[in-house]
Amino acid sequence: MWTDTLLVFLALSSLLLLGSSRLTRCIRIVAFQGVVLGALTLAVHRDGLSVRPLLLAVAIVGIKGVAFPWVLSRVLRAGEVRREVEPFISYNVSLVVGALTLGLSFWWSARLPLPMPPVSSLIVPIAFFTTLAGLFVIVSRRKALTQVLGYLVLENGIYAIGIGLVAETPMVVELGVLLDVFVAVFVMGIAIFHINREFDHIDADRLAVLRDWSA
Amino acid sequence: MVLLLIAVALLVASGIAALLAQAVPRWCTRCGAGGAMVACTLGLVPSVRVLLGGSVESLHRAWAVPYGAFFVEADALSAVFLLPIFALSGLAAVYGAEYSRGQRRLGTSWFFFNLLVGSMVMVVLARNAVLFLMAWEVMALASFFLVTLDDEQASVRQAGWTYLIAMHLGTAFVLALFILLGRPAGSLDFDRFASSSTSAGLLFLLAVIGFGTKAGFVPLHVWLPEAHPAAPSHVSAVMSGVMIKTGIYGLLRVLAVLTASAAPPVWWGWLLVAIGVTSGVYGIVFALAQRDLKRLLAYSSVENIGIITLGIGIGVLGMSTGRATLSALGFAGALLHVWNHAAFKGLLFLGAGSVAHATGTRDVEELGGLLTRMPWTGVTFLIGALAICGLPPLNGFVSELLLYLAALDGATVPAAAAAVPALGVIAALALIGGLAAAAFTKAFGTVFLGEPRSGAVAHAHESGPAMRVALIVLATACGLIGMLSPLIVPCVGSAIAALSHDSSASVHAEMATAVGTLRTSALVGGGFLALVGLVVLARRRLLSARSVEAAGTWDCGYAQPTARMQYTAASFAQPLTTLFGGLLRTQRDVDAPRGWFPRAASFATTTPDVCGQHAYTPLFAAIGRGLGALRWLQHGEVHLYVLYIALTLLVLLVWRLG
Amino acid sequence: MAVVSFLPPLLALAGAPLLLGVINRTKAVVAGRIGQPLLQVYFDLAKLLRKGAVYSRTTTWIFRAAPCVGLAAMLSAATLVPLGGGAAPVAFAGDLVLFAYLLGVSRVFTVLAALDTGSSFEGMGASREVTFSALAEPALLLALAALARQTGSLSLSAMYARIGVGWTTAAPAFALLAGALLLVFLTENSRIPIDDPTTHLELTMIHEVMVLDHGGPDLACILYGSALKLWLLGALLVGILVPIRSGSAGLDVAAAVGGLLTLAMLIGLIESSMARLRLTRVPQFLVGAGVMSAVALLLTLR
Repeated sequence: MWTDTLLVFLALSSLLLLGSSRLTRCIRIVAFQGVVLGALTLAVHRDGLSVRPLLLAVAIVGIKGVAFPWVLSRVLRAGEVRREVEPFISYNVSLVVGALTLGLSFWWSARLPLPMPPVSSLIVPIAFFTTLAGLFVIVSRRKALTQVLGYLVLENGIYAIGIGLVAETPMVVELGVLLDVFVAVFVMGIAIFHINREFDHIDADRLAVLRDWSA
Repeated sequence: MVLLLIAVALLVASGIAALLAQAVPRWCTRCGAGGAMVACTLGLVPSVRVLLGGSVESLHRAWAVPYGAFFVEADALSAVFLLPIFALSGLAAVYGAEYSRGQRRLGTSWFFFNLLVGSMVMVVLARNAVLFLMAWEVMALASFFLVTLDDEQASVRQAGWTYLIAMHLGTAFVLALFILLGRPAGSLDFDRFASSSTSAGLLFLLAVIGFGTKAGFVPLHVWLPEAHPAAPSHVSAVMSGVMIKTGIYGLLRVLAVLTASAAPPVWWGWLLVAIGVTSGVYGIVFALAQRDLKRLLAYSSVENIGIITLGIGIGVLGMSTGRATLSALGFAGALLHVWNHAAFKGLLFLGAGSVAHATGTRDVEELGGLLTRMPWTGVTFLIGALAICGLPPLNGFVSELLLYLAALDGATVPAAAAAVPALGVIAALALIGGLAAAAFTKAFGTVFLGEPRSGAVAHAHESGPAMRVALIVLATACGLIGMLSPLIVPCVGSAIAALSHDSSASVHAEMATAVGTLRTSALVGGGFLALVGLVVLARRRLLSARSVEAAGTWDCGYAQPTARMQYTAASFAQPLTTLFGGLLRTQRDVDAPRGWFPRAASFATTTPDVCGQHAYTPLFAAIGRGLGALRWLQHGEVHLYVLYIALTLLVLLVWRLG
Repeated sequence: MAVVSFLPPLLALAGAPLLLGVINRTKAVVAGRIGQPLLQVYFDLAKLLRKGAVYSRTTTWIFRAAPCVGLAAMLSAATLVPLGGGAAPVAFAGDLVLFAYLLGVSRVFTVLAALDTGSSFEGMGASREVTFSALAEPALLLALAALARQTGSLSLSAMYARIGVGWTTAAPAFALLAGALLLVFLTENSRIPIDDPTTHLELTMIHEVMVLDHGGPDLACILYGSALKLWLLGALLVGILVPIRSGSAGLDVAAAVGGLLTLAMLIGLIESSMARLRLTRVPQFLVGAGVMSAVALLLTLR
């Protein structure tokens, strides 16, 4: 029961992300997703609370829910960029596409041959949808910061599929994945800061001038 | 076998040590050059043993790589190629120790040099296609980095680029060849390769193109005149002397596999002879037109590869027509020319390096009169030039004599199928020999004789002891191989037996007449040298009591003759370059004198490679234009790139799950 | 080896300058003069051997060594050439290649000595010499290869001993061969129509200009060497044209020597009646000789 609720929260937060126009709100949504995932880690372990899932949940909440949003807010403040998202695809269209993708995910998951029955019937479609939402954000938003957010949502979706399908992943794998994401976000944050300093903007589409050849 | 692998390991280890010691030049040279010298000396011992004893040593270990195995074997054919690899590389290392003194990035250069030698050894030893291709690739990359050591100059970068592309295009064909050969047995070990009669022709063509790119067959040779001058001289010597021979080795190895079950069709021999004639004449004609000394030597390497291919072609014709003498002599001439070319081309490149090192220029039109200032370099270069012209009693004559004997034997055959190519070989060898004499008298005469043509010669000095030692050893080798040829030629008998699928004893019997010829001609050569000595003594005796004076060269009464009035190299070659003008397509840049009182005028000619200029450049430009139509895909928008990835994933999912 | 087989080289050594004398005398007689004595070249050699030497300051040891090397190469080649059906002292399968390349040794060293002087005249001669010899080599070797195929043997002595067989079976081929060898003979010995041995205009000389700076014993070596070359190549030509193999060694040798003297007179006649070819025509001349050899070869293939 708790699992399903949390999953619904996950899906709703992804949809909200697609429709938000303010960068600070997007960062808060992603932070919220981090907390949801931490709770999901605990809810998925049906055989009681033990040390390992607890530690993992705390780590996830700490990194995805606190550390990343903090880093990204600092980048936002230091860059003095406009706080608007500036999408290529308008918010209304994004929401419609998001809904369609959710439906598509349910259709796919029904046909996906899984190695073992998942914890809940909702986990695979919603996690899949979260992944696709993350990809969509990367493709359709202009600013580099939103691309980092899209990448984080992508990671969230993959993590959700992971805990849904595999009962006991080794601790090392989990922590390794977390470390990867941590480093990636730090690097991206630093990169965005420098891009902004160099070019006075963080519009990823204007970085096309850096390509190898010019017509 | 263990010694050989230890030699390879020592090469790699000393290379890494040199790389680590990059900051301390003395230790860097000691590790790199010293390691190479020790490893090459170590490797010579088992090579000679396998060559003379005829025993085959092999090592087969399984490997984690799919279809791969650490399968190395040293048989007679490998030993024939191992000998010049070790010998020339060791001498080049001795030379390079002094030549590269004071250069930057010493550690990198010694690392790649040792890696190059080690990979060449592995190419010749490998008996599994995966191992072979790995060593082949390492060889190409190591030599690429050596060619582009001096990468501040745009011409060097361009040369390296051409070289890399050519090598990989050739390797693509070799890869296809190995896959087709390995398919019937499902294994990529050489001893499990098999060919069906229908695909044998295709496999042969793939081998000719793939290995021919490495060897330098015309028209696949365009990288050779660019890459060899750009590299440092000891590297050029190794590349020209042994690296291009690994292409010949690959071709021979594949030929041995393809002819194991059935005699080769006649057209194979014809094709190889045609390639040999074309490469030989093309190479030497272009060598005549060059003013860069190392570019001249590079084109001459193309010519000598042509001569080697002539020998292989005759050998294959002998197998097709069932004449064992023909095949034995043809292969013997080709294999001996591999050794001889390594000796004298290595010598010539090292000599050219000494000249460039001393004077700072490779342009023969700025040199002259170096024989008095660099006596040892001059004498050894002369010996190399005489050897490459094929003059008795040096080693070049011996391999050409073997090829002539093979061709004459083929010419006496009643059947026209073997006789016509044999006659073509005789005419081609004679023409090539004459043109080579022209090219190398031009090279030696312009650089070492006469008066200096520019100030570059003023501060020329003889090279140091290490460089001289390498030159003297190679010159002595040229003389020794020439005089001791009746003893040396039978050593390649077991390799010929492997190629022509005969027994070693029957090969020796076939070659008995030829060995007798070599013995007598070596005696005549010795007699000739003795006569030279006698005549010199007689002349000295005659002149000892007479007056011997010095004067200026007769100048027909000109008041002030200058060194610029000498015949230039271009003028010397002009009758021949005009005769072959249709092939050379020299471009002239003339600013003619005009009017009654002309001002300054200028005249310049360049001779770019015809194949490169008129075949490859337009072809690649056309390909570039065609692919340019796809440029719109590379717009630089990150979002769209991610969209491409996401769309592809979605399409795949729908396709698989739908 | 019997004494008889040393006869060819001994005759060559003794008689080579006589051929030059015959050529010069013939030219003089045709021109209406009395001309030099027949033995003049011997006297010239003796005179040159008595002289000292003057060397250019530009030259190195190569200039001094080249005449010696050239002469030694000719002497070595003399041991390979048979005369009048008798065998040469040194005969082995493939000795025709050694013969051609010994001539090449002499030529290369002459060219190097010419370049050593640092003079444009010698450079001019050297440049033309390497061009024409590069084109003449294929003609010579193809002709000898055709001879080898027709007589079925690879040694000069054996080929020339069985020359009668060739004439009976392939007369047209042999005629063409003889023609090609005559052209090569004229080229290698720098005779008209390739080169004029009596001209001293720098722009028209080939062989003469290469030896311009030599004098004294060196010039004697060069002169004697060129006389030997004339004899040896002439012996090869006469061996084809005078195929008298009567079985008596003395008669055959006498016939061959007579043939050589006749050849020398023929050369004198050619030189008196023709002018030199323009230099740009000489490659055509030589390619023509090569084609004649190739055609002779093709005729023997059938």
